[in-house]
Amino acid sequence: MTTRTTLTLVLMDAPYENARTTTALRLLDIAARRGYNVNVFAYEGAVYVPFAKQAPHPNAVHGRDVAEEDHPNPKDWVAAIMAEAERQGGKIDWVQCGLCVDERGAAESIPGPRRGSPADLVKFAEASDNTLVIPTK
Amino acid sequence: MAKKVLQVIETAYRGTLEEQDDTVVWLTQAMKGAGLATDVMLRGNAVNYPVSAQDASGLAFGERKQTQPPRIHADLTKLLEKGATVYVVRDDLAARGIQMKELIGGLTAVATSEVPGIFAAYDQIWHW
Repeated sequence: MTTRTTLTLVLMDAPYENARTTTALRLLDIAARRGYNVNVFAYEGAVYVPFAKQAPHPNAVHGRDVAEEDHPNPKDWVAAIMAEAERQGGKIDWVQCGLCVDERGAAESIPGPRRGSPADLVKFAEASDNTLVIPTK
Repeated sequence: MAKKVLQVIETAYRGTLEEQDDTVVWLTQAMKGAGLATDVMLRGNAVNYPVSAQDASGLAFGERKQTQPPRIHADLTKLLEKGATVYVVRDDLAARGIQMKELIGGLTAVATSEVPGIFAAYDQIWHW
């Protein structure tokens, strides 16, 4: 019997702050392309990664309007990764730490991520082949 | 008389893919455009910013491809064209094995020992 690989990623950084967020999403993207099931526990600032109100903007310093700038909001990257996982037969189960969401007013996420607690992380770890923590430094 | 400000950029590649630039280089460009007399000093890991062969293109998540990757070396060239001096600390280049011939033109290479003297020529030093 073939079993699908299941991984858990714990993210902690807010978007737009450093390269770790992009690196984490690249790992997630690779896993999605391979059809893995991936659990994501977004902790602290990472609950803003799929924040629905992120908006693209024009950039006068770059000399580009909003369409030319094509600003890549991380919420769109998350949506694209979730769609890729679905195409490959895998699943991204993205849990937002509920208390982290509340203290930041970050409840409005794109469709897909769900509210949860550390108990979800425990379940994720127990059900996973491995867990990778990408912490804030 | 207008204040003269030196931007010392040391933290590098912080959110550059999401922002499609370096936010401090961007801010410096914007402030220069708004009339601030300002120059830049690249030190630490930021000495990689003017490497002309760097290429951040090709990032994709699922079917979403990045179309405007950061081109920080080109942004520095624009800053030079606007009249800013861009210093780069030679010792930090050497520690990372980067040679001057790999960098964009127009930079002012300085030794670490020269940095205090350069600071003295500015009214304010902003360390990023």
